[in-house]
Amino acid sequence: MSRSGWLRMVVWLALAGLGPGLSAANPGADRYEHYGIPQVRLINDRIVAGWQDAGLEPSAAATDGEWCRRVFLDLVGRVPTVTELQAFLVDSSPTKKADLVGRLLGDEFEDEYARNFTDVWTTILVGRDATNENVNRPGLRQYLRRCFSNNIPYDRFMEELVTATGVNTNRRGVEGFNGATNFLSGKMEEMGVANGVQATAKTAQIFLGLQVQCTQCHNHPFNKGKQNQFWEFNAFFRQTAALRRRGGTEDVQWIELVDQDFPGEGGNPEEAELYYELRNGLMKVAYPVFIDGTAISPSGYLPGTMEDGTPYGTNRRQELAKLIKTNPLFPFAIVNRMWGYFLGYGFTRPADDLGDHNPPSHPELLEGLAGAFREQSFDLRELARWIVLSRPYALSSRTTPGNRIDDPSLGERPKFTHFYLRQMSAEQLYESLLTATEADEIRVGEDAAKRKDRWLSQFVIAFGTDEGDDATTFNGSIPQVLMMFNGDLVKEATSTGKGGFLDRVATSGLSPTQKIETLYLAALARKPSAKELKTANALLGARKGDVVGALQDVWWAVLNSNEFIINH
Amino acid sequence: MNLGLGPGRVPGIPAWMSRRHFLSHLAGAAALAAPATTFTNSIFASAPDLRKRHKSAILLWMGGGPSTIDLWDLKPGAPTGGPFKQISTSADGVAICEHLPLMAQQMHHMAIVRSMSTREADHMRGRYYMHTGYVPNPNVTHPSYGAVIAHELAEQVPYLEVPPFVSVGGGSEGPGFLGMTWAPFAVDSNGNVRNLEMGVDPVRLAQRLEMLATVEQRFIGERRGGSSEDHSKVLDKTVRLMTSDQMKSFKVQDEPAEVRERYGNTGFGRGCLMARRLVELGVPFIEVDLGGWDNHANIFPTLADQKLPEMDKAMSALVADLADRGLLDDTVVIWMGEFGRTPNINGGAGRDHWARGWSVVVGGGGFKRGIVVGETSADGKEVATEPYTSQDLMASVLKALGISLETTFTAKNGRPMKIANSGKVIKELFA
Repeated sequence: MSRSGWLRMVVWLALAGLGPGLSAANPGADRYEHYGIPQVRLINDRIVAGWQDAGLEPSAAATDGEWCRRVFLDLVGRVPTVTELQAFLVDSSPTKKADLVGRLLGDEFEDEYARNFTDVWTTILVGRDATNENVNRPGLRQYLRRCFSNNIPYDRFMEELVTATGVNTNRRGVEGFNGATNFLSGKMEEMGVANGVQATAKTAQIFLGLQVQCTQCHNHPFNKGKQNQFWEFNAFFRQTAALRRRGGTEDVQWIELVDQDFPGEGGNPEEAELYYELRNGLMKVAYPVFIDGTAISPSGYLPGTMEDGTPYGTNRRQELAKLIKTNPLFPFAIVNRMWGYFLGYGFTRPADDLGDHNPPSHPELLEGLAGAFREQSFDLRELARWIVLSRPYALSSRTTPGNRIDDPSLGERPKFTHFYLRQMSAEQLYESLLTATEADEIRVGEDAAKRKDRWLSQFVIAFGTDEGDDATTFNGSIPQVLMMFNGDLVKEATSTGKGGFLDRVATSGLSPTQKIETLYLAALARKPSAKELKTANALLGARKGDVVGALQDVWWAVLNSNEFIINH
Repeated sequence: MNLGLGPGRVPGIPAWMSRRHFLSHLAGAAALAAPATTFTNSIFASAPDLRKRHKSAILLWMGGGPSTIDLWDLKPGAPTGGPFKQISTSADGVAICEHLPLMAQQMHHMAIVRSMSTREADHMRGRYYMHTGYVPNPNVTHPSYGAVIAHELAEQVPYLEVPPFVSVGGGSEGPGFLGMTWAPFAVDSNGNVRNLEMGVDPVRLAQRLEMLATVEQRFIGERRGGSSEDHSKVLDKTVRLMTSDQMKSFKVQDEPAEVRERYGNTGFGRGCLMARRLVELGVPFIEVDLGGWDNHANIFPTLADQKLPEMDKAMSALVADLADRGLLDDTVVIWMGEFGRTPNINGGAGRDHWARGWSVVVGGGGFKRGIVVGETSADGKEVATEPYTSQDLMASVLKALGISLETTFTAKNGRPMKIANSGKVIKELFA
């Protein structure tokens, strides 16, 4: 540690015992800071050590309102209601944060938690572009909702997705539905060639944090990835076919993902090989070999028993799932992904690239959390609990002169000295608008999801490549602002119709100031400043007694603000 | 637009009149409370109505990686050559694919660079590299062509109320460290901009904006990081755009039927026509996307029957139209994708990704015309002359637009970044 780093640390430790929220020297407060959870303590210790090494000071703690809004957005995908917020603000228990997280991860919010992570994982598994006809998004969502409602262990989740067989649609009159097939159903073919290339690339990227797509055609230019490894990994998918089916009582099309014997491109199913082409035109052979060098039986036959009782064959995808499960990168990849989800930046950038060329910012913490996650039987809710109860998650997003240089958007490695601003996802915005306006419709279930899909589709840009790459215009640019200014969803959210949110606030017995406060709490989880109240009151004056009209103007303004759309 | 400003305007009133009208309402609204009429204090600077000559660039982006060996650098007779024949063109000694007969009549305006040699053969990496001149780097996001050129040329069109970087039918690449102010404005090829109609009268809009500015500025004042300020800048741009008559430049359906027919009634055709209209308005950069070039299988019928006819009609109409209207000398046209395709034809009668030797086409601006630069080996696999990179191409485009290659940006982390990644100009492209 540098001399100035030491000095800062000494000063910091001296201050820590005095200031509220900086509690390292206060044993009582310390206990609550990690709530008796060793993994939270691990996070706090490693992150604080990183501040000290870098000579940085953390920001103060976020306000209760900010923290509450944050944890609702991240766990259940929406802002808190005024009632939920106020209940938290008046709670004086020292464990109130852990209590709220316990509720958000518990039965009470099960449906909303599941809906949120269904949104998150739909994007991870099949992207945002809904035009791939080999993917049945409702079927996938039904599967994911069940997984997240039941908190399926992450290793089983991976196994179900990687080994899935069955029908990808849940339409009535079609038998054999398995929504998990939708992960691979659209990734087995490219331009009519059934080579499983996308299945290979996405499986490695999502579950192992390995970016292998370049090595399909050549050795990787700057990491150890070799072309043979890509095709050896790909060999695990060669017993898999995505069959196009049609029929059912409503005459629909679907994909049936099946395992079938792979005869091998060399014609010997006992040693079923595939060929790939080197840059110089030479053909090479590949058998199923995992990234760590483990080779499985080269047999292309699915498991069976001969008449004499001798077993033969192997199920390549099931073998692959077993190998992924025990590989150290498997928990690393998910811990890094979830850390990035909650804190804005993973320990590596991008969060799904853990190759040797891309060392993590906090290797010991990543390793410690990965080990703990495995020991905790791959429980995703526990992982979420550890991260959202940690100290870095509870810091204010307001920077200080002592940590302003900790800005990952400038290419710095993140030190997590303050909460990094990030824009809500389109999904979070949609749900937050419904919540903030107390829209009472049922928000869980397939009809609601389809309506949301239609709304989300306006932001999707497909790149027109075989790999189905896409991007979103919900990125802070003009189309997003236009949607917020004038779009139907915001029109609905700001409507003054009888019995609607604004009407109810307007006709309540609250004072004019309290009415404005209600709008602020609902959207921003705080009360208005004196200056804001003054401007809002001027609007009330300008509307000449049209209270609901004036509230509509204020509401439109807060919903359009940076503070609303940014998770802070 | 329901501002009561657009239709029914008195003929002969300048285009910016509607904004003046709106501004007068804003002035009225300012009496509402504190004089916080803008989000960044920059938006309602008065626009000078003097229009000067301006430069623009149009990027025709061929998403997926077009097979340039079948379009611009044919190898007839070679085992890698494929079935297409060459035809001669309006440029001396320049031959291109038989399925580009209309472009063949315009090649005296264009230059083919047959010696592009790059290393990024993954779609996303190649797309990033060809748009920015930099390979992807996890720690910094570089600005794309559109952001760089808009940033450099926006000053010459101070009256512009629509974004200076428009992307038609695709998303282009982002502004990187230049910030969301320079982000591509994405529209579909029909020129539809969603959610443009404001449902309230201008006075009320102005009052709402004032309330909004109060909230915005409070949050910015709390120093939570750059994205809160970026949000406000984009709000300013959106208000400008919503209140602008210049939006009619997006309306390709206002063009005469014969002009629309010339470009072709296709997404790409309408996009190219819109690009010409936007160039006339003064927009510094327009990207028009044509995807579907990732032809790993069955490539030749796909090209001959679908891709090439659509591209040929639209691109040739655009070049000819720009030339006819005297716009080509100030407008650079760039045709490219993220890479070329393998000279070897694969087992599925397709071609895979190939970055080592491929072609791009440029024209207009300060470029020399009717020429071919560089050549590839007899089988098309290697570049036989001096190889050129993405950054070289970018440097050349900037030079053709009169933008100084000495320009240096400062990335957010304080690191200086030379424009076009210090690429060297492709000298054969200049007389």
